[in-house]
Amino acid sequence: MNPLEIVVPVEATGLFQYAWLMIAIPLGVAAILLLGGKATNAWGHWLGVLGVIGSFAVATALFVQMLGAEVADRAVQVSMFDWIDVGNLNLSAALLVDQLSILFALLVTGVGSLIFIYSVGYMAEDPHRRRFFAFMNIFIAAMLTLVLADSYAVLFIGWEGVGLASYLLIGFWQQRRSAALAAKKAFVVNRIGDLGLLVAMFIMMALFGSLNFAEVNQAADTASASWITAIGFLLLLAACGKSAQVPLQSWLLDAMEGPTPVSALIHAATMVTAGVYLVVRSHILFELTPAASLAVCVVGVVTLLAGAWVGSTKDDIKKVLAGSTMSQIGYMMLAAGIGPAGGAFAIFHLFTHGFFKANMFLGAGSVMHAMDDDTDMRHFGALRKVMPWTFVTFGIGYLAIIGIPPLAGFYSKDHIVVAAWERGMAFGALAMLGAAITAFYMTRLMMMTFFGERRWAKGVHPHESPGIMVVPLVVLAIGSAALGMLLNSAIQTWLAPPTGHHPHATALWEIPWQGWATLALVLIGVGVGYLMYRGEISFEQPRTKNPIVYIGRNDLLADQFNDAVFVRGGGKLVDGFQAVDDLLIDGGVRSTTALATGIGDAFSRLQNGYERRYGLWMVVGAVLVSVVLILGRLA
Amino acid sequence: MNPAAYLVLSAVLFSTGLLGFLIRRNALIAFMSVELMLNSANLALVSFSYANGNLLGQVGAFFVMVVAAGEVVIGLAIIMIIFRTRRSASVDDQNQLKY
Amino acid sequence: MDNVPMLTILGLLPLIGALLAFVVRGKAGRQLAMAVALITLVFGLVVFFGSADSDLAETVSWIPQIGAWYALSLDGMGRAMVLLTVILLPIVLLAEWRIDDSKIFGFEQPRWGSNVFGGFALLLEGFALFVFMSADVLLFYLFFEATLIPMFFLVQGWGGTNRGRAAMKFLLYSLAGGLVMLFAVIGVYVVTARAGQPSFLISDVAGISIGGTLEQFLFIGFFVAFAVKAPMVPVHSWLPDTAEQATPGATTLLVGVLDKIGTFGMIRFCLGLFPNASAWATPLVIFLAVVSVIYGALMAISSKNLLRLVAYTSVSHFGFMVLGIFAFTTASVTGSIFYMLAHGFSSAAMFLVVGFLLNRRGTAEIAAFGGVQKVAPVLAGVFLVSGLATLGLPGTANFVGEFTIMIGAWPTQPVAVAVAVLGTVLAAVYVLWAYQRVFTGEVTEQTEQHITSDLAPREKLVVAPLIALLLVFGFVPQPMIEVATPTAQATMTHVGMSDPQPGSMGGK
Repeated sequence: MNPLEIVVPVEATGLFQYAWLMIAIPLGVAAILLLGGKATNAWGHWLGVLGVIGSFAVATALFVQMLGAEVADRAVQVSMFDWIDVGNLNLSAALLVDQLSILFALLVTGVGSLIFIYSVGYMAEDPHRRRFFAFMNIFIAAMLTLVLADSYAVLFIGWEGVGLASYLLIGFWQQRRSAALAAKKAFVVNRIGDLGLLVAMFIMMALFGSLNFAEVNQAADTASASWITAIGFLLLLAACGKSAQVPLQSWLLDAMEGPTPVSALIHAATMVTAGVYLVVRSHILFELTPAASLAVCVVGVVTLLAGAWVGSTKDDIKKVLAGSTMSQIGYMMLAAGIGPAGGAFAIFHLFTHGFFKANMFLGAGSVMHAMDDDTDMRHFGALRKVMPWTFVTFGIGYLAIIGIPPLAGFYSKDHIVVAAWERGMAFGALAMLGAAITAFYMTRLMMMTFFGERRWAKGVHPHESPGIMVVPLVVLAIGSAALGMLLNSAIQTWLAPPTGHHPHATALWEIPWQGWATLALVLIGVGVGYLMYRGEISFEQPRTKNPIVYIGRNDLLADQFNDAVFVRGGGKLVDGFQAVDDLLIDGGVRSTTALATGIGDAFSRLQNGYERRYGLWMVVGAVLVSVVLILGRLA
Repeated sequence: MNPAAYLVLSAVLFSTGLLGFLIRRNALIAFMSVELMLNSANLALVSFSYANGNLLGQVGAFFVMVVAAGEVVIGLAIIMIIFRTRRSASVDDQNQLKY
Repeated sequence: MDNVPMLTILGLLPLIGALLAFVVRGKAGRQLAMAVALITLVFGLVVFFGSADSDLAETVSWIPQIGAWYALSLDGMGRAMVLLTVILLPIVLLAEWRIDDSKIFGFEQPRWGSNVFGGFALLLEGFALFVFMSADVLLFYLFFEATLIPMFFLVQGWGGTNRGRAAMKFLLYSLAGGLVMLFAVIGVYVVTARAGQPSFLISDVAGISIGGTLEQFLFIGFFVAFAVKAPMVPVHSWLPDTAEQATPGATTLLVGVLDKIGTFGMIRFCLGLFPNASAWATPLVIFLAVVSVIYGALMAISSKNLLRLVAYTSVSHFGFMVLGIFAFTTASVTGSIFYMLAHGFSSAAMFLVVGFLLNRRGTAEIAAFGGVQKVAPVLAGVFLVSGLATLGLPGTANFVGEFTIMIGAWPTQPVAVAVAVLGTVLAAVYVLWAYQRVFTGEVTEQTEQHITSDLAPREKLVVAPLIALLLVFGFVPQPMIEVATPTAQATMTHVGMSDPQPGSMGGK
């Protein structure tokens, strides 16, 4: 199959016609929960869980249907209605169910269902649990719109929709100022990225007269290279915003202000990987622009190192995981930028990452639950005995992310490293380095949290979480362990049509030299982490003069930079405008009125009420008139 | 006949009235000065009428006399009321009617 | 049915209702005004749907000596505006239901009773409806200026301490613009008289190709008036002042209905009568539009008062509309018309929700709030939804408008669109920052003291239809787009432009 061959979806028949139910069910549930008010408090959370499970059921049914279909018939278009149709602009609301989108839909609803069930336990004490589930359902609906869209326009609806859900959920505890700030920051930074997608759509519409994936792909080679490159960079900007890639990464670490299930679902497993999805979905365009593809790879590598850097220095368990998320998405971006050889691997890693990172976030949530919502790892230690289930499941996630065979992360990351190596030596080497640092900071996290001495704050009595939280952990851990092996060879063939990859046979146990090298580096990373953190760890964070640590702790100084340039710079600009408005525009108006009233005032002084003065003026006037008349007669 | 002498007299009367109006503060004097100016104008009208040999000027003079009579009635009444309320007939004390 | 002058009846209904409302004092007058507004709503809907496939135009000779006609007609854009007007009025009356209640915070003592408020609002509705239906330049001008009268008294009669000054500023700005337009109206007479038959009928004037400097002068005359109305930078500064002082209900009518006359007029008169001059002025107008977008957004960010903030967002949004109008593509012009409707609903929602805050707290200064979400979650929710519509979130009608404008305008004005698109980021900042400062965080002492109740049923009834409309038109905009498209197509034909073909820019 030619890598640039374009799949034209067939019209939906049978079950596929009901694909919209996947979106409609959670949306309807959210509406019921939000409009129903307090009346739904008692059972609202279970209805919320039902919403995502219903969606999952539909997705599974479609997946089974697709398995039975011919390869050529697997991409299905589900038309719904005309959205905007005017002049040359024809946008219809339609869905595309193909191998890529159904995989994503399964991930979103499947992992989503587990996280929802977990949340029933996690949010049990929260008075606004119903609202939480409503927002989560909005997220599911928006995320499914994003991945099931058949055009950039519909994708954009979902794209901004998940941004909204993310905003609502990060700021869920909005009485906390930091949460409200983080939510706003996430939305605004995402909007900067969205700008890229918007302008990319404008260009596509002008070039191709359509925003439909298939039609854009078919017409892609009619456009001049420079415009395609522009589109590529703009799509990359959008992906950077959504996927927290450098330079738009700063919001993700703050986003950890949200409840932990939110971090697991939105800021680890699904939404933040949407940027990768976008790049893979647009791979035909990126094929045509080497410059933008290279930029994607560079952004990916820079982010995978930057994320690892941040992850190595933070003491907050959720922020370590957030840095790690950035870093892992960096791997996916790198793979997506490599082109057809990497696209399928990007999605593979995305899929496995969705499982093991959700697993670890939920594990972290379980730990926080036990430690009275403390997130500082310096206050943990020795939790493996009190929280055995959490420890074991988290441990599986740990082994998966650092890439120990035969767990999931090993397979997916290994492919990316090999592909990166083939793309360029530097990419390969840096990806390997990233793997080593990953091993280091994850080991550090494990050591500080589960091993060593008890450093618990006073009055904290850790305990294992209730069953409703443990069961999802176990399921996710099994996924983290087994998915790599299960999908390793199947996923390439499955994803070949949408990502344009020639699958090459990969045996389960055949590891290329890069794989061995990576493994060796990972073991070194684990060793360093073990040695550095087996001893005593202080309860307070020690001050540091080490610039590397300092910069990492301060989120790579991104906030300081943004503050100095955009917030203060923008403030100055706005103050200037304020002055212009006041002085020039209103000033102009004011001086006009002042002139009019001034002249009026001056003349009114003549009306002073002394009639002899009036008489004098009359005489003056009469004399003037006479003089003029006489002079006129003389002339 | 030559109207020059009448016109000179008219001009002298008018100037006297004007000067009186501008200089004197007493409202009654000012009022009389105005009457003087009106009558000087009447004199000029009548003499022009006689010189031109038609009646237009005399008709005009009658109009002026009628208006002046009406004016005297109202004007004196106003002055009297002001004097009663403010115990003063000076025009410089009455400047309430201003901007 | 054919002979019934539907449009005249539609316009006269609220005017007669207004006279009655002035006479009937107290509560009865208020209820009467509401009843008339509802009847007008029903009748407006009848006209809206009735005019879809039958021509309701009325043309009667008025002053034949100068060629003035009493001519009414409705095209797609007019239908959309009529719909907006008749829907907004009962909502505003309901929102200001207790306007003469002295227990309501935020206002100085009102000058007249609530029946008078209803009367002036109805008067404004009637005049505005005639403006949107006029098919004669002189008739349009008369009603255009007539709308100032009720609006002036609406600002003058109810609101904050400095409402008198604000009303005067609004009036002077509008009169200055209207005066310039009067010259141009006379110019139109001269042009048609010179062409043989003096006539103010829009169709007659549009049939004449004027050309040259004269057309440019006439264009400027009309454009200045509409730019003041719309408000565009640099003639915008009356809007924030007025919005700050007037009651939110009056401001809603001002921004939601009256300001639309500006963009309405640009399409109907500037483009419709002076196509060559419009093309000639495009660079400058587009520049001003983009400046309005960015400037309005930045000023909104720096506003310390919620009412001023919303007013500045409108300046920004009107910039988008003007950009769409002068980009000359079917999509962008249609988008502008759609956005006029959407903005009417979203700004109404914003102003009225801020009004709820104002009624509780007695001021709309942002610093006077904090943590309101905790005590009034529903109020916070409707503010957020209205705000999200204002910032153009997909799924709301505003997004459809902005998106259609920008994607339509891109082929002809790529640079302008590329700058204007920054407005969407700034929109996120001004809406969410305001939300953050007013609603999130710990409950402040002043909030706890003043904001004691969440939305009452009456207030819910005010915002519910607005939010529903915003969402419906956001997800299913096509019916409304079809209403607007014929006007856009007619304008395009008249201006003599055709849509750029895909690939004409940047193809191989």
